[in-house]
Amino acid sequence: MAVELGELLRGRPVFVNIGVREFGDSLRAAGFEAVQVDWSPPAGGDAQMAVLLDDLL
Amino acid sequence: MAKVTVVKKNRYLDSVFLMLLARRIAARPGITDASAVLGTAANLAVLAGMGYGGADFAAAGANDLVLALEGEPDALEAVAADAEAWLAQGSGTPGSAVREPRTVAEAVAQRPDSSLAVISVPGEHAAREARAALRAGLHVFLFSSNVPLAEEVDLKTEAAARGLIVMGPDCGTAYLGGAGVGFANAVRRGPIGIVGSTGTGMQEFSCLVHQAGSGLSAGIGTGSRDLSDAVGGRSTLAAIEALEADPETRVVTVLAKPPDPAAAARLRSRLDRCAKPVVLCLLGAEPGRSGGNVRTAATIDGAARLALEAVGLDRAGLPECDGADLRTAAAAQVARMGPRQRWIRGLFSGGTLCYQAQAIFRQAGLKVHANAPLEGMPELSDPHCSVGDTFVDLGAEIFVQGRPHPMIDGTQRRRRLEQEAEDPEVALVLLDFILGAISSRDPVGDLLGAVRGAQEAARRRGGHLCVAASVCGTDQDAQGLQAQVRALAEAGVLVFHTAAQAAAFCREAMVMLRERKEVY
Repeated sequence: MAVELGELLRGRPVFVNIGVREFGDSLRAAGFEAVQVDWSPPAGGDAQMAVLLDDLL
Repeated sequence: MAKVTVVKKNRYLDSVFLMLLARRIAARPGITDASAVLGTAANLAVLAGMGYGGADFAAAGANDLVLALEGEPDALEAVAADAEAWLAQGSGTPGSAVREPRTVAEAVAQRPDSSLAVISVPGEHAAREARAALRAGLHVFLFSSNVPLAEEVDLKTEAAARGLIVMGPDCGTAYLGGAGVGFANAVRRGPIGIVGSTGTGMQEFSCLVHQAGSGLSAGIGTGSRDLSDAVGGRSTLAAIEALEADPETRVVTVLAKPPDPAAAARLRSRLDRCAKPVVLCLLGAEPGRSGGNVRTAATIDGAARLALEAVGLDRAGLPECDGADLRTAAAAQVARMGPRQRWIRGLFSGGTLCYQAQAIFRQAGLKVHANAPLEGMPELSDPHCSVGDTFVDLGAEIFVQGRPHPMIDGTQRRRRLEQEAEDPEVALVLLDFILGAISSRDPVGDLLGAVRGAQEAARRRGGHLCVAASVCGTDQDAQGLQAQVRALAEAGVLVFHTAAQAAAFCREAMVMLRERKEVY
């Protein structure tokens, strides 16, 4: 269930970090929880192919 | 000096890791320059322009990783032979027992209470990940740039339908639930809310509010194009709505570059209806009318002052610079300069601060060349080469392709300062330093040697180089605001409380230099 924006401002956000690890690291260092996604380019780096696959699957 | 390239086929590592890797390699004895980039056409073109080549290099593609190194042959050989070990430092979390999720959906399954996705993958893949995050019920902080405008509109439309917000693309900073996201400073919580399309602008605003004893309820980034007519201010308007309803927020600040006309009208009409006091700062635009609940400011520090007032804090917490004091300080500097010295060179790491400085110069009718020019300012034809009076945003795309952003690593800015120091006609240098998470551990230390060298070069020529600066940060930042300011002051740099004050000082000095030139 999505968290409303107002709740995001007032509550304690839990983060999902996709990409640069330092962003997640700095959130964790500040005492927040951040799940790191082990991301690599989809479909061998072909962005258009990735979108086509998304549509198929 | 020799050059060598190492190509690793089908190897992806994130861009900040590559920047930090390049920096670590460049710090080794015998290495004078190091780049670590993905082999995109743009990156290869930049490296080819720097004299790199070879068969593997020419055959590299966008999925390959390229190390380009310059230095003593022995040192190059040592790094090249050990390339795998260097790269291994960035693969996953060594020794971690928990397998990291491979997709946003997996991450949310692992932590169903997740609420915000922070996305910084390359631009061509960013919209796909943002869409996955929205569909998993997450708000999105989209740091990636180079996301097509049509994708931005689609993402923000989908977010609105789901009751979510997309901050970005090209969003550098946010403060949510007490967390500083992206490039953010350590600031306390308080009653002041801010919505902004400018990352470094939001950073300086929040630091000034903190230094004056107050704090932020929330800082919501929107991305640099949100107030274009195509996007229509979707995220800005959603953020205003949220801050208006937020019980902790007592004043709503909007900080942005000038919007497109229709978006501007929508924004103003929404702010006029806001149930809370509003501070509006559109950098580079005329401040416009104050009226009703809306008060307008022309500069970031002006906006911070109005926001502090709106929550009942004494504006003395944020000292203003008296124009007469600035002129006295400027006259003392100009008096020591040689007759040939006449140009200013502003070397910025914060794009917003470069933009604001141009607006402050424009107030006095002064023109400066800029790589990211404000309306009415001449564009610098070669961003790598200053002409007359020049302000350079060293965080612009051309400088950061395959290279660290100047906020993360001062090497490029140091080299540029060394280049400016050779020009006997340079009279003033204007610098900004931005502390906080992700930023360099010692932004001032990165540049101090070059500052001293430039001052010494001017002295040897019988003149005086005036260096003016501002430091954006707080006492809670890892770098320590006071320590950074002290190091600059000890080197004879004039340190101002805000970026606008440093620019206003330089404007006064330049007006005096122009008058002096007319006398000669």
